[in-house]
Amino acid sequence: MLYNKSAVYIGIVILVILLTSPFWVGLFGHNYTSTGITTPKDQATCIENADFMRAQHMRLLNEWRDKALRDETRTYVATDGKKWEISLQNTCMRCHTNYKSFCEKCHLSNSVSPYCWTCHIIPTEGK
Amino acid sequence: MLESLLVVLLIGAIAWVGSYMGLTILFGVILPYVAVCVFVIGLVRRMVYWAKSPVPFAIPTTGGQERSLDFIKHDKLDCPNTKWGVVVRMFLEVCCFRSLFRNTHAVSFEQDPVSKGPRLVYYSSKWLWFFSLLFHYCFFIVFLRHFRFFMEPVPCCISFIEAVDGFLQIGSPRFFLTGGLLLVAILFLLCRRIFDQRLRYISLINDYFPLFLLLGIVLSGLCLRYFDKAEIAQVKIFIMSLTHFSPVVSNLDLNAMFIVHLTLVCTLLIYFPFSKLVHMPGIFFSPTRNLPTNTREVRHINPWNPPKQFFTYPEYEDRYREAMAQAGLPLEKQPNQKPAE
Ligand code: HEC
Ligand code: HEC
Ligand code: HEC
Repeated sequence: MLYNKSAVYIGIVILVILLTSPFWVGLFGHNYTSTGITTPKDQATCIENADFMRAQHMRLLNEWRDKALRDETRTYVATDGKKWEISLQNTCMRCHTNYKSFCEKCHLSNSVSPYCWTCHIIPTEGK
Repeated sequence: MLESLLVVLLIGAIAWVGSYMGLTILFGVILPYVAVCVFVIGLVRRMVYWAKSPVPFAIPTTGGQERSLDFIKHDKLDCPNTKWGVVVRMFLEVCCFRSLFRNTHAVSFEQDPVSKGPRLVYYSSKWLWFFSLLFHYCFFIVFLRHFRFFMEPVPCCISFIEAVDGFLQIGSPRFFLTGGLLLVAILFLLCRRIFDQRLRYISLINDYFPLFLLLGIVLSGLCLRYFDKAEIAQVKIFIMSLTHFSPVVSNLDLNAMFIVHLTLVCTLLIYFPFSKLVHMPGIFFSPTRNLPTNTREVRHINPWNPPKQFFTYPEYEDRYREAMAQAGLPLEKQPNQKPAE
């Protein structure tokens, strides 16, 4: 026999809904099966390989920022020996011209909002 | 203590090796589903079990003056006598840990000038209260932040939490305060058990294991964010496929540390309903907290009292009327008098 039946039932229902909420919000929202970004077609590779860029581009940018502003070295030597000018706007955004369908697209769906663009200029389409 | 550390390390190592052996299906798909089932069913079973247990006595915690005569001040917060009062006290307990705030720390002095001899002094000790509050709130926010992996599009409240959490704008990816504070709080709770002699004496493996497990989860999580980075977008695709019951693992490149993190979380979910961690729903079922202190107004009936066999006086007289009449005892009804003719 259950004591305080109604309170217990309400408690159990609330608990179960809360605990399974990831499934509910998943089912009611959209699915997310691919990042849906467009990588530049006219270029073959990024600065480092794609796996590294996907996971570590924010750390690379951090490293770049430190290099440029603290050590005053404005060239970055990639692991394959290629030299790149350290610049958020002039290097990254020269290839990834479409901010909306590349950086922002991926960031929005992963809830990342880089605050860089309060100072740096967001490249607009067509540039 | 060492055993529980070893167990956590072993679980992590198994997951690590497993991810390199291509057992992602086992650790990434089967284990999480099993873990969620065990977690939910285990908790519900536990709650039903508690709801079935009778409460023989009214044993609410009394932290102040019970309601009494009008001129005696009633402590409404610490000794509520109504259901609504109990709800308020429970709410404050869950959100502010008021009972931990009363925590004391005993120090004994061999030679004390006040008592001119040995003396025991209880000092107020707020550390446990502070760090457990810190731990629970940080854990809650970290948990909420993970909803960015479950929802598409991510609602603005989650982004808002992230913006506030990362307001220091240190590094890139931005450092989230709650992640760091969570680590600090767990380390305090662990050190408390290890370095406090008295506490260490009463600590068992089931006290250390959850702490080490949580430590493992936090460390692997921090590592995934700041060092051995996971590819967040890939992880999201994977997690969303799990919550949509159509898991994909084949073309995703999930890093080993992520599998370790996931496996440790699953271990926590499976362990949860069978450990002291069930205090999460448990607090609502504890009679010391969910009963009003109205023991002077309402009689608490023990629900397991057997049904009473009553034998009323008229029945008694019916049975012994003859004998009582013969002994000359006073009767309410005389034995079958001959009806007067
Ligand atoms: C407070 C304004 C501000 C913010 C916010 C800011 N930056 Fe900068 N950043 C600067 C300034 C000023 C320079 C110096 C430009 C120079 O000397 O060429 C700079 C230079 C850089 C450079 C090297 C030079 C160049 O032209 O790109 C990098 C890389 C960089 N920032 C990355 C970032 C990233 C990534 C973020 C976001 C996480 C960010 N910055 C946020 C102001 C800012
Ligand atoms: C030379 C042109 C070029 C430059 C400069 C460049 N990229 Fe790329 N980037 C590419 C190409 C091409 C790809 C696609 C690579 C592939 O799929 O193998 C790519 C891929 C990426 C990806 C992975 C996308 C995915 O999920 O597949 C990220 C993230 C990225 N770039 C960020 C950056 C950042 C940040 C910078 C500046 C530090 C930068 N890129 C500079 C050309 C460039
Ligand atoms: C494949 C998806 C993807 C693409 C494309 C991408 N990013 Fe990111 N970016 C991420 C993720 C995911 C994070 C957050 C990492 C985390 O939370 O650990 C991030 C974080 C960042 C951060 C750090 C933000 C913070 O405050 O924590 C910066 C800066 C950044 N990205 C810049 C860029 C730029 C510039 C581009 C375009 C050239 C770009 N990203 C393209 C996925 C992507």
